[in-house]
Amino acid sequence: MNMLAIPDIDWGSIGPELSLIGTAVAVLFLDLFIRQKSKESLGYFTVLGMVIALAFMLLEIIGVSRPFGGMIVIDGFTCFFTVLVLGVAILVTLMSIHALRDEEMDAGGYHVLVLLATVGMLLMVKGMDLIIIFLGLETLSVAVYVLAGYRKWTNQSAEAAFKYFLLGAFAAAFLLYGIALVYGATGTTNLEGIARYIEATGLGTNSLLLVGVGLLLVGLGFKISLVPFHSWTPDVYEGAPTAITAFMAVGVKAAAFAALVRVFGGGLLALDFQWKDVLWVLAVLTMTFGNVVALSQTNIKRMLAYSSIAHAGYILVGVIAGGELGWSAVLYYLLAYACMNLGAFGVVLFYGQKAEANVEIPDYAGVGFKYPFLGAAMAVFLFSLAGIPPLAGFVGKFYVFSAAIKSGYIWLTIIGVMNSLISVFYYFRVTVIMYMKEPVKDVALEYAGPIMAVLIIALVGTIQIGLFPTFYLERAVDSIKWLLT
Amino acid sequence: MDYPVLSYVIFLPLIGVVLLLFLDREKEKLLKGITLVVTLVEFFLSLPLAFNFQAEMAGMQFTEYVDWIPTLGIAYRVGLDGISLWLVLLTTFLSVIAVLACWEDITLHVKEFLICLLLLETGMVGVFVALDVFLFYVFWEVMLVPMYFLIGVWGNPARRIYAAIKFVLFTLVGSLLMLVAILYIYFYHHSVTGQYTFDLLSWYTLSLPHSAQLWLFMAFGLAFAIKVPMFPFHTWLPDAHTEAPTVGSVILAAVLLKMGTYGFLRFNLPLFPETSVDFVPVISILAIIGIIYGALVAMVQADVKRLVAFSSVSHLGFVMLGLFTFNLQGIQGGIIQMINHGLSTGALFLIVGMIYERRHTRMIAEFGGLSRVMPIYATFFMIVTLSSIGLPGLNGFIGEFLILLGTFRTNVVYAVFAATGVILAAVYMLWMFQRVMFGEVTNPKNEGLSDLTKREVAVLLPIVVFIIWIGIYPKPFLKPMEATVSGLIQRVEQRVEIRNTSAPGALRIKNWKALDLPREQGGQG
Repeated sequence: MNMLAIPDIDWGSIGPELSLIGTAVAVLFLDLFIRQKSKESLGYFTVLGMVIALAFMLLEIIGVSRPFGGMIVIDGFTCFFTVLVLGVAILVTLMSIHALRDEEMDAGGYHVLVLLATVGMLLMVKGMDLIIIFLGLETLSVAVYVLAGYRKWTNQSAEAAFKYFLLGAFAAAFLLYGIALVYGATGTTNLEGIARYIEATGLGTNSLLLVGVGLLLVGLGFKISLVPFHSWTPDVYEGAPTAITAFMAVGVKAAAFAALVRVFGGGLLALDFQWKDVLWVLAVLTMTFGNVVALSQTNIKRMLAYSSIAHAGYILVGVIAGGELGWSAVLYYLLAYACMNLGAFGVVLFYGQKAEANVEIPDYAGVGFKYPFLGAAMAVFLFSLAGIPPLAGFVGKFYVFSAAIKSGYIWLTIIGVMNSLISVFYYFRVTVIMYMKEPVKDVALEYAGPIMAVLIIALVGTIQIGLFPTFYLERAVDSIKWLLT
Repeated sequence: MDYPVLSYVIFLPLIGVVLLLFLDREKEKLLKGITLVVTLVEFFLSLPLAFNFQAEMAGMQFTEYVDWIPTLGIAYRVGLDGISLWLVLLTTFLSVIAVLACWEDITLHVKEFLICLLLLETGMVGVFVALDVFLFYVFWEVMLVPMYFLIGVWGNPARRIYAAIKFVLFTLVGSLLMLVAILYIYFYHHSVTGQYTFDLLSWYTLSLPHSAQLWLFMAFGLAFAIKVPMFPFHTWLPDAHTEAPTVGSVILAAVLLKMGTYGFLRFNLPLFPETSVDFVPVISILAIIGIIYGALVAMVQADVKRLVAFSSVSHLGFVMLGLFTFNLQGIQGGIIQMINHGLSTGALFLIVGMIYERRHTRMIAEFGGLSRVMPIYATFFMIVTLSSIGLPGLNGFIGEFLILLGTFRTNVVYAVFAATGVILAAVYMLWMFQRVMFGEVTNPKNEGLSDLTKREVAVLLPIVVFIIWIGIYPKPFLKPMEATVSGLIQRVEQRVEIRNTSAPGALRIKNWKALDLPREQGGQG
């Protein structure tokens, strides 16, 4: 009698996810029994769960394995992104603790949703099958839709959640449709299978496959907020709680880029002559649009939203350049971007105070000299985002652009550096306000432990991986080597 | 030297920064005192560079090497040659002066001001000694940030922000394109030698193809031309100089502008020798336009500081003209003129700052007859003015004379036009001096002005000593650069010869060498 072959379940390979889910369930229960006053402990408990997940990941890097019938893959690439995503999740949780208390938001549900969103990201990162990637993306999205609307008593937050949900649902449908078409053309959803099939049949011009690939790009491009799929970004970033904005700008983007590199650099590599030109155009549009529109923003969250669009454009340059140098540049850039952007959002969150009262750029007048540490930290993050050496952002850009030049994309690089020049204007403008204007508002800051820890970690990271990038560059290159085999 | 003297000189100011960070911001005198000590120690640390310099060596000295980012072929490579020697010393020397000069001038956010000053010093020294192109680029950009704050925070309230942003954006336009060019050469070097490296000295051995050289020269050249600044990229300079606080203007004029001319010497000439020679007419004509235009605009300024700022455009035109003569006199004159301009324009900004502290105005029309009220001030002002216009016996003469001599040997027409710049300089400087210092005291506000304090004399005196020393006996300053400059000229000559013998007729470079005067006779001025 023929039994359905059920693949062995390799529990260890999904250890991080399991420990996150376990933590989420535990937080849900604990939430019932903990008094309102000590809800902060839930945050620390969540962080503990994430650290355990991190430990699971670090324990099992021993080589490439493809458990669950090749649906997921554990390799250096997975490891790099898992560490990155978990690191982001830890910092975001720490950052949220005092905001949750100040705003009297429901801490339990919040932490559970962050945990589940992180599970989704981890799945996206290790998905070797389009189905798993879709599954991860949806798990992540549903949690983040709710989180975006977590300050539901404000109109902006409600708008953010609704807008993100509607547009996100569309994008997910595009992605799913794309998967269906790719399946129709190749007969498989497994990335390796797709790659083999394209190689064997030379399907480079099959229109069914190409339309499918285009739709995949739309679906992933939405999460990365590539122009022209970006229109949700500013409103959602502005309306969502600041910590969640940081989570979306850094964590979601990293996971989506991981999937993009896996799908386009892995499964669809043989088609690169088809998609590279498209990505070229998208990269130019994304960089230019993000930077030019950021120039005229007055709300700092909105400005950082547009800046994150622009950064997605730079990262895309690395994807286009491809190869060992290009993709490791993507990885390194995402790491650098995570440090500096989390730091910048951390300052925005901290200085924003209760009910996000100080998120307009003019509110920052005089911060530099009034709060020397906060001002200096923000200045470092902004300079790094602007690409001033020797900070992380500079090395990231340097690495991405050198990959582009190596692959012969000189014009793309010139457009990129000119964009970087535009961005200097709006990043420096914030430092102008902070250091060269007199204070207009009296903001009394109360230093809180967790958020200070986040700022210090981000600050040290931004400086350290900028000054001594060797270790991180080597990890990035190693991760890519495993992807290429 | 048995210790890494260059690293000490680069990083000592950073130690100063760390010290300052931990000190109470209220104790302003202590903060200033510590900064003064740091810059003094720094200056004395840099002196052995001059004493132990092997003048007959053309190559790099005091070199150091530490792996930094080996995966990309980036290392911490520093070294010093005859071109950079005096620039480093000028930097450490003027940093001491700058701290002394800000003693009473700066009262707001003193701690941050001093931190910026020290960071700037690290950046400036780093630029002049970096032999790794990546390292050079890092220092080149790092220096932007403290200068931006100096102008933006402590500048003249009305337009400081505009000036600060303009300074940053102008500098970055050039340097970002230079970054693209740097990356191009990096990969070209790999394709030829199979080795990824940012080592400038091994880049020197490359022979870049003609078509690429053109673009690379323009990308590097734009970055440096903006910094120099050459006409027509000079428009940031009057704003930045005028709005910056006195100390900012001094450093900007004395050291930052030299980075542009230094960049041409260190990168454009040796990396793209053939194209550099092709570009001689373009650069020379732009330089001459700068000389005459700067002088004419300076003449009509009502604000003394703006006048000095425009005089920089004129003086730096001389330097550029000298560098692109490709003979010993011209290039040596260009380098010594960089130092001269640093000393005399630095001193001029200090002098303007001193009167501004007393009267809170810099308008020429507000003054008149100051020499009666402030005789010591008048004396210093006179010496520096004469140095700036190139009076024989003072330093400015040596530089301008060598440059004109070098230019005359390659192109008489250029020399004639450039020489008018010397005359115009005398017109605008002396006319200004006359209106400010001589005549009756017409404005009652000027009557009670106090003369220079001891501190102010201590600020100006060392500069004047060097002004006279270089003017009377320049040999110790010219000697160390001779071997390096000859080496550079030789390299250019060889490469042009190779192209002339191998390339088709259209690409040959004719008549670029100096008129056939024996080189030894040109001598030391």
